[in-house]
Amino acid sequence: MSVTIPILILAIPLFMFIFLGLCGKKMSHLLAGTLGTLGMGTVLVLAYYTAFNYFFSGQACFINEAGERLQHVIFNTTWLQFTDSLVIKLGFLLDPISAMMLVVITTISFMVHLYSLGYMRDHHGVFEKGFQRFYAFLSLFSFSMLGLVVATNIFQMYIFWELVGASSYLLIGFYYTKPSAVSASKKAFIVTRFADLGFLIGILTLSYYTGTFNFTDLTSVPVEGLADTFRVDLSTPETVLAGISSGAAPIFMGASVLTWALVLIFVGGMGKSAMLPLHIWLPDAMEGPTPVSALIHAATMVVAGVYLVARLFPLYLMENSALVIVTVVGAITAFYAAVVACTQVDIKRVLAFSTISQIAFMMVSLGVARPEYHEGLGYMASMFHLFTHAMFKALLFLGAGALIHAIGSNDYTEMHGLRKYMPITHWTFLIGCLAIAGIIPFSGFFSKDEILSAAGNYSVWVYIWMSLVAFMTAFYMFRLYYLIFWWKEHTVREGHHAPHDQPWTMSVPLIILAAITCVAGFIPFGNLVSWNGEPYDFMAHFDWSIATVSLIVAVAAILLATVMYRKENKLPAKMKNAMPALWRWAFHRFYWDELYMFITHKIIFGCVCRPLAWFDRHIIDGTMDSFAIVTNKASNAIKPLQSGQVQMYVWLYLIGALLLGGITILCLI
Amino acid sequence: MKQEIGLLVIFLLVFLYDTFMPKNSLKALPVVTTLLMVVFTALGFGICYGGNTSAVAAFGGMYETSAVVTAIKNILNIGVIIVLIQSIRWANGELMIMRRGEFYELLLVTLFGMYLMISARHFLLFVIGLECASLPLAAMVAFDKNRYESHEAAVKYILTAVFSSAIFMMGLSFVYACAGSLYFDKIYNALYGEHTAMLVLALAFVISGVGFKLSLVPFHLWTADVYQGAPTSVTSYLSVISKGATAFAFLVILAQVFGSIYSQVWEWMLYALIILTITVGNLFAIRQRNMKRFLAFSSISQAGYIMLGIIAYNTMGVAAMMYYILVYIFSNLAAFGVIGAIENATGKISMDDYRGLYKTNPRLSFAMMLAMFSLAGIPPFAGFFSKFFIFTAAVGQGSVAIYVLVLIALINTIVSLYYYLLVVKAMFISDDECTIARFRSAFSERLGMWIAVAGIIFLGLLSPVYDYLLDLTADSSLLAYFIR
Repeated sequence: MSVTIPILILAIPLFMFIFLGLCGKKMSHLLAGTLGTLGMGTVLVLAYYTAFNYFFSGQACFINEAGERLQHVIFNTTWLQFTDSLVIKLGFLLDPISAMMLVVITTISFMVHLYSLGYMRDHHGVFEKGFQRFYAFLSLFSFSMLGLVVATNIFQMYIFWELVGASSYLLIGFYYTKPSAVSASKKAFIVTRFADLGFLIGILTLSYYTGTFNFTDLTSVPVEGLADTFRVDLSTPETVLAGISSGAAPIFMGASVLTWALVLIFVGGMGKSAMLPLHIWLPDAMEGPTPVSALIHAATMVVAGVYLVARLFPLYLMENSALVIVTVVGAITAFYAAVVACTQVDIKRVLAFSTISQIAFMMVSLGVARPEYHEGLGYMASMFHLFTHAMFKALLFLGAGALIHAIGSNDYTEMHGLRKYMPITHWTFLIGCLAIAGIIPFSGFFSKDEILSAAGNYSVWVYIWMSLVAFMTAFYMFRLYYLIFWWKEHTVREGHHAPHDQPWTMSVPLIILAAITCVAGFIPFGNLVSWNGEPYDFMAHFDWSIATVSLIVAVAAILLATVMYRKENKLPAKMKNAMPALWRWAFHRFYWDELYMFITHKIIFGCVCRPLAWFDRHIIDGTMDSFAIVTNKASNAIKPLQSGQVQMYVWLYLIGALLLGGITILCLI
Repeated sequence: MKQEIGLLVIFLLVFLYDTFMPKNSLKALPVVTTLLMVVFTALGFGICYGGNTSAVAAFGGMYETSAVVTAIKNILNIGVIIVLIQSIRWANGELMIMRRGEFYELLLVTLFGMYLMISARHFLLFVIGLECASLPLAAMVAFDKNRYESHEAAVKYILTAVFSSAIFMMGLSFVYACAGSLYFDKIYNALYGEHTAMLVLALAFVISGVGFKLSLVPFHLWTADVYQGAPTSVTSYLSVISKGATAFAFLVILAQVFGSIYSQVWEWMLYALIILTITVGNLFAIRQRNMKRFLAFSSISQAGYIMLGIIAYNTMGVAAMMYYILVYIFSNLAAFGVIGAIENATGKISMDDYRGLYKTNPRLSFAMMLAMFSLAGIPPFAGFFSKFFIFTAAVGQGSVAIYVLVLIALINTIVSLYYYLLVVKAMFISDDECTIARFRSAFSERLGMWIAVAGIIFLGLLSPVYDYLLDLTADSSLLAYFIR
């Protein structure tokens, strides 16, 4: 495959960012938006072509004779060379998951570009302030995210990882005159940066002991072989000695260095993917424009953590404990987020917590994947769910955006009974809800079912736990659905015209995404993506009993939601009053934000920052101030020397010369 | 020898033009001189690149030139060109009508004297060069006939200059008594390992004589009065060209004549002088409100930094010093260019008048800011790199004392940062209404400033310049004199 198309895939969004960023102000809003959308459309075509080529062309560099898909580095240029061995490269890696991600990112990004043409203006069609800037940032984000998924080495991934963080910061804070948006953007940046510290240490540890940044080197080494280089055999003194002398990594605090590296890298993934306890930024990030939430905080950037674990999956396989941590964190987060989502009133917050919960599903799926259970079903299921979730969650977010655009509020209490007014939004939103609830034949059913069966293979407890989460997922999604579209007749507020469906630029993405959601489940995903590249027979591992159970669970949840929320009634209030404490805690998201506030303000600011500030104010500034005072005094003291009288000058000259000679004579002779 | 002859030719051409051309064509004299100087400098660069780089001697070894010497002369020529360009408007002013020829002739003579100082390998020739470079300057300082300060400055200058020459001569006679010769290389060999009291005193006198021209503390007291009193074009010439030439001549003397008694005699003298020069220059600069006086003290402390290149006592020190002089020429001339332009347009020279200058004359303020940043050594401007190289070279000498010295110099850069930024603050941050109205400076002034500003910005980024100087000094015969 030639390098032209991969380079273009990265270059076009970057160019669009620079071009729109520099020249955007000078062109009309519509032209800037159209150019951005066209640019993304071109990238979409190129990415589809690349992915199609990778999966179906059958070229020898992409697939070997046994039918296994290969990792193929299209180009890899040296960017920074510190020493002979420490080299940072930038390149383009094509393998099943990066090809899949190319499709996901460009699809969603294009839809969002198109959608924003309609969304980012008011009811009279006037474009919002900073419209061009918005498109420039969208292009920057697309560039960063594409660069992240095609990274050939972990350092390149880190660079783009930070770039997506930065563009996410810029887009969350797009309405920079709104204080809540500004603080949300700062929060997102700080929390993810904090997690990235772990990521960086993990990268450095890993590369220090393996001597490479390259994914192809890290993951293609035979699994057993690499395990030996990390673990020190502690059985006899001789083996310890041999292990250390052969360069094997030492044990640190009871865990091998590989475990530490993988867990630290996972911490970075936790930050980006909003896993407990680093999830607090994602709900606040909903302050950004809704298309941004759809693109960054539902479909692409937040799954970067999952992608990272998947990328290094062969390494994770070597350390059972690291995978167990992934599973446990994922399972707790999934449950927590689902509970919180049942109580929120802001529709974007509900979707945000739902996103956290669904990403946690993917994490669990990776955590339970083992080659010995159904040949690594969990890995495939995780990637499958990533794909389907990106589509239907973007659909839900864009639908929510249409509602917010029509109503002018995020609060469902302002909506109710909208089904008659906004039919397109209603039907597409319903499809999204059915998909996330896991109703056959929508895409969510298939991917979630794979995850549940992978979990069931691993441990029955994980299976039950995740089924419970699935139940809650269906419940809160239909709660949201009914509260928006049913509950009671919509009352049009005084002075407002009735809400109506959106312009075509917003409807078309909704319809396309809904169509994808309807059919994506039938993609033979196992043939395309599997943990070791071997094609994976999907139906052979399909477990009808699990599928039936999960279908029953979903339907039961939907029925419960129907009973409670279809028509206005007292049942929800009763439920709330039955468990007031639980409800209050869930409504306040279990007080995580308050906990963080307590830790940062009371403990860190109070015990660490204040003494440091004192030190800075009094010791450092004091030194500088006294330095200035001494200088000033000295300057004042020697002022008389410059008297303006030539006699004085000459005297001083002579004395100076004599002293210079005299003192030297005294000292030397 | 080619460069001296070339300079004499220019001098004669200017003299003939001034004497025999009709009165109405004399207005072109400044431009003609500048163009001649440009051609001459270009030819000088031709010598540097085209000709052979080995040392050439003349007058029985009294005179010597080499690639390094040609290079420093070229650097000075660049500075002279900028000074000439900047002075065109002043030279064509009403007061100067009868005397503009004299100004250029005197200037060329002093430049010739500086050439001799740099190339002399015998003290008699050196003294001729020194006087040649000193006495006409007094006349130049007095050029503003109508201003009382100009006369006062000239008188102060000539009196102290004569006194310092006397001391210098006395030092030379002591040297002759110790070594029995005035040839540099003979003195070098004769003094090997000696350190008698007379020799030390001789060196103190010699250093004070040269230090006077360099305005090292405590031989600097004339500087502020003269810089303030002299016409701005003369001040800029004094502060840049005269200083740069003397600094290099000082290096030649200390290395080629007294190099054999480096650690015995003059190393510690120079330490003391450098510390005093940098510190006292800074301490006085803080208090100045008159821009020319302010730059006088700033140039005193800059001379201290230039001396670091000598005390480094290695080839990198020589290269760093030449580079420093080059950058200093551009930075200081940018500052003097702005001062001169404002003085010519409004007659204002106080720092208080500069308050809020940004609002009325943003371009001038910007040029001034770059000059201040470069003088203070803020990256990425050239001044940062020149300071960096000269500190690196000094530290390369390796003794503990030099670390202390460099530390003191570094602390002094902080003080200097304060007063350089004072100017920037006055121009940019002050809210006051500026007393200087918006004006358009003459083309010649703008051209001079553009050249200087371009030098400030690009010299730091063009590493080949420094690399070239480094190669040059590494090849030069100076290396042989550096012994411990």
